[in-house]
Amino acid sequence: MDKDTQQALLAGLRDVSPMLPGVVPFGMLAGIAAIEAGMGAMAGLGMSVIIFAGASQLIVAQLIAEGALPLVIIATALLINLRMVMYSASLAPFYGGLPFRWKASIAYLLTDQAYALTITRFFGEGPAAHQRWYYMGVAVTVWLLWLLSTALGVMLGATVPAAWQIGFALPLVFLVLLVPVVNDRPTVVAAVVGGSVAVLAYDAPYHMGLTIGAVAGIVCGVLTETLFSRARDDADV
Amino acid sequence: MSEVTIWLLILVIGLGTYLMRLSGIQLFGKRGMPPRLKRALRFVPSAVIAAIVVPAIVYGGPDPGLHAENLRLWAGLIAAIVAWTTRSVLATLGIGMGSLWLLQWWL
Repeated sequence: MDKDTQQALLAGLRDVSPMLPGVVPFGMLAGIAAIEAGMGAMAGLGMSVIIFAGASQLIVAQLIAEGALPLVIIATALLINLRMVMYSASLAPFYGGLPFRWKASIAYLLTDQAYALTITRFFGEGPAAHQRWYYMGVAVTVWLLWLLSTALGVMLGATVPAAWQIGFALPLVFLVLLVPVVNDRPTVVAAVVGGSVAVLAYDAPYHMGLTIGAVAGIVCGVLTETLFSRARDDADV
Repeated sequence: MSEVTIWLLILVIGLGTYLMRLSGIQLFGKRGMPPRLKRALRFVPSAVIAAIVVPAIVYGGPDPGLHAENLRLWAGLIAAIVAWTTRSVLATLGIGMGSLWLLQWWL
């Protein structure tokens, strides 16, 4: 391993370390939720290897526990993971030219953390050989810790007393993820509409409340942005 | 739900998620993303996360609904303030769960 490779790997490890304390409780929760939903230990771990996306894993477990239709579960989970398309496209300037086996591995390991750190570090740079190793330093660490924490959650499983209301940790973790993405007027509108409509649509048939809320939020965000950019264009004239 | 259905679900969601993860880096690498798609995708994180968080706070607990006896509303409000000011998962989890347990014990 040459010096540049080693340095890039270590830089990735160093940058991801402050994010790791957030990964552990989230992963444990995903394991506990799978057991509580009656999915079994293997399927709980299987989700972490095959899906490897915490938010959707938690919602899948919840929807299975509520007895939702498989088609609805698939649609809801994919909607939650739709942001990966945006992340993946943002990484294209750095990794789009690599051999397919690299792109295939980078894609599998893509998470909120790997996206956020890579974009921040390489913003404005052209593609360079060491960038892939930095990504691996971040992404493999998150992957390993995610599997370990899910395994821990699967083992704890149903031993967590109901009075602890451990399920409340789900909205708490997501509250922290919500803060940095709500950063201008249209994204505030998207969040407020998404959250309120999801509450109003809670009793919607086929457990579609989350989906209805999210789609309403996205549409209102786009509309707000269109209206405001038009108002700004008019003011310029 | 049968074990086979559960595994099929996991496989289909895993495959779909993988294709989304690969899409941008493989397809839009040279051409760039269509502008309309890009504009809509910008709002996915805020709309989706809010649609997960708010119902989980309002309807997730033992006293679901929009009323003062629903302790999750109060604990959620405290946690939102902590999340906003610290951006720390540990602080938000600790203070959020802690305030829910304290409220439960007092009332």
